[in-house]
Amino acid sequence: MKRKLETSELIFKIISYLFLTMFSIMCLYPFVYAISAAISGRTAVEYSQVVLFPKQIQFEAFSRMFNNNMFWNSYSNTLFITLYGTIFALLYSILGAYALSKKRLLFRKALNFFLVFTMWFSAGIVPQYLNYLSTKKVFNGIGITDDKWLVIIAMGMAAMNIILLRNAFENVPSEIEEAAIVDGATEFQVLSKVYIPMSKSTIATVALFFGISRWNGYFWARQMISNSNEHPLMVFIRLLLEEYTDAEAMAGWNYSYASDSVIYALIVCSIVPILIIYPFIQKYFAKGVNMGGVKE
Amino acid sequence: MKVKAADYLIYDEEKKVYRENPEQIVRDDVEKHYWKHVGLTMAKDWRLYIMVLPMLLVFLFWRYFPMYELLGCFKVSDEVLPVSEQLFSGFSYFKRLLVSGDALSVEFWRALRNTFILSFYGLCFGFPVPIILALFFNEVRSNAARSIFQVLTYLPKFMSTVVMTSLITMLVKQGSLTTSYGVLSQLMEKIGMISHETAQAGLLNNPAYFRTIYELSGIWETAGYGSIVYFAAIIAISPTSYEAAQIDGAGKMAQMKYVVLPSILSTIVIMLITRIGTLLSIGYEKVLLLYNPNTYVTGDVVSTFAQRYGLQGAAKGIASAAEMMNNVIGMLLVIGSNTIARKASNVSLY
Repeated sequence: MKRKLETSELIFKIISYLFLTMFSIMCLYPFVYAISAAISGRTAVEYSQVVLFPKQIQFEAFSRMFNNNMFWNSYSNTLFITLYGTIFALLYSILGAYALSKKRLLFRKALNFFLVFTMWFSAGIVPQYLNYLSTKKVFNGIGITDDKWLVIIAMGMAAMNIILLRNAFENVPSEIEEAAIVDGATEFQVLSKVYIPMSKSTIATVALFFGISRWNGYFWARQMISNSNEHPLMVFIRLLLEEYTDAEAMAGWNYSYASDSVIYALIVCSIVPILIIYPFIQKYFAKGVNMGGVKE
Repeated sequence: MKVKAADYLIYDEEKKVYRENPEQIVRDDVEKHYWKHVGLTMAKDWRLYIMVLPMLLVFLFWRYFPMYELLGCFKVSDEVLPVSEQLFSGFSYFKRLLVSGDALSVEFWRALRNTFILSFYGLCFGFPVPIILALFFNEVRSNAARSIFQVLTYLPKFMSTVVMTSLITMLVKQGSLTTSYGVLSQLMEKIGMISHETAQAGLLNNPAYFRTIYELSGIWETAGYGSIVYFAAIIAISPTSYEAAQIDGAGKMAQMKYVVLPSILSTIVIMLITRIGTLLSIGYEKVLLLYNPNTYVTGDVVSTFAQRYGLQGAAKGIASAAEMMNNVIGMLLVIGSNTIARKASNVSLY
């Protein structure tokens, strides 16, 4: 049965659509602008004539980027850190969360507190820095000289993600687990054949969280990775920005594109992978986020 | 547990005699050899403990060991000696920061105030936006249209701080002799929000605009994503509630007031309390990437203060003392707010 809309409802609906359209455009605009500015000519960018669409189109900023070894280096470093970092973090998080979801685990409360406390209190930047320095020394001592492994192993742990996973595992009905045990499944088989398939959406969400934070990681990577060949993309972008906004460096600039265009091109390159993966995972995470956090 | 003598003997109905209670003997044994029994239980479930071990070690090494380095704020900073061998300095750093009144102390108080103001503004202006967004999402009946809106508004959450701050930096950059200032500054000048001189000097160099830029970009980044929780609460409302309200003659505003708001109130309260708990934990990365010496007045927060003195300078002790005070107050706020949330709604956040 279709009901006629009342005036107040109609007005509210119109306002909603207007507001949402505006907000969506606002969210999208910077990225569209970045693309336009990356392929616009030098004067158009330097005199801020590019507002939405590109002017005096050129692709040299992109080709300069693609011909730069440092760019490919940092790109592959970021891929490396994201891939291994996500796998490593997921591995210990899933195993730990599974164990924590079991009522028969001794010291369960203490272990939960051990995790949650890290969300309440952090030692701060300086102690963390000193800790990473000594970790680095230990890593170098056992022959790991590539600082990327320091980033992968020693950074990016998130208690919240483990708690999300734990809550998802707790929601798996115990009858299914019992049936699996009756059929002779071992502990690891119960986890891999029952729990993981039944918590797919939360695991996808958590994997996305880990992956994104790895991809976007900047501060500690810049502090701890000493060899510039091992810098990830975000550090590379920032260093370039700092270099190009330096007035003296600009004096010798004589290309057909503005120095800003190079940074815009870099930014576009850095967000493309996220844009590609995001739509596929997006449907999972609304569910995954809602389930987690709040525990009755 | 207090043991009564009667617990040791039970009456055997068949043989009509008293005999020893085997369960009590086990209970006694557990009490006497507690750790042996813990060991036995753990050995039975050894796989579980193997599973929990990697997580435990990772958190121990890189979340708890740094807390040991915190001792440095009671010691005389030294580049060479490890923290355990440094000389004890007592509370001198804390005194210097809090009550000495010298330049450093003034700077610390400014950073503390900025930390609080930045997150308080975030609470006032940033908190309502996701709720409004969720209400509006609910008005969009077409699933396809709503998905498009949602996908677009969640998107900024997944951009890195570096990308976001680089974009901001370039959108409001300063002008020079040969180049014009940023596009956003131009737009704001056209609609009369800022003067030509302000735009020319660069908004990020102007302490008066730092907070606005910080908060607006924060809303832009998190509002869509933050609306997920509220939207889930709104779509859980049964359609019959709306119908009943309509039969009673409720217009849109009345429905909002009497149907929607009461249903999402508990979510709002919980989110608000959590938000208050995080008033002193501000992400340092974004501030660090946006601020510069010109905007220290409004932009410098405690973490960036610590970063500047502890990592760029060598005043490690003072820097950790500053951040420790901030984090301890922050922790008390979180624990307090979580306790209130639990009392208020029987829901614990952790």
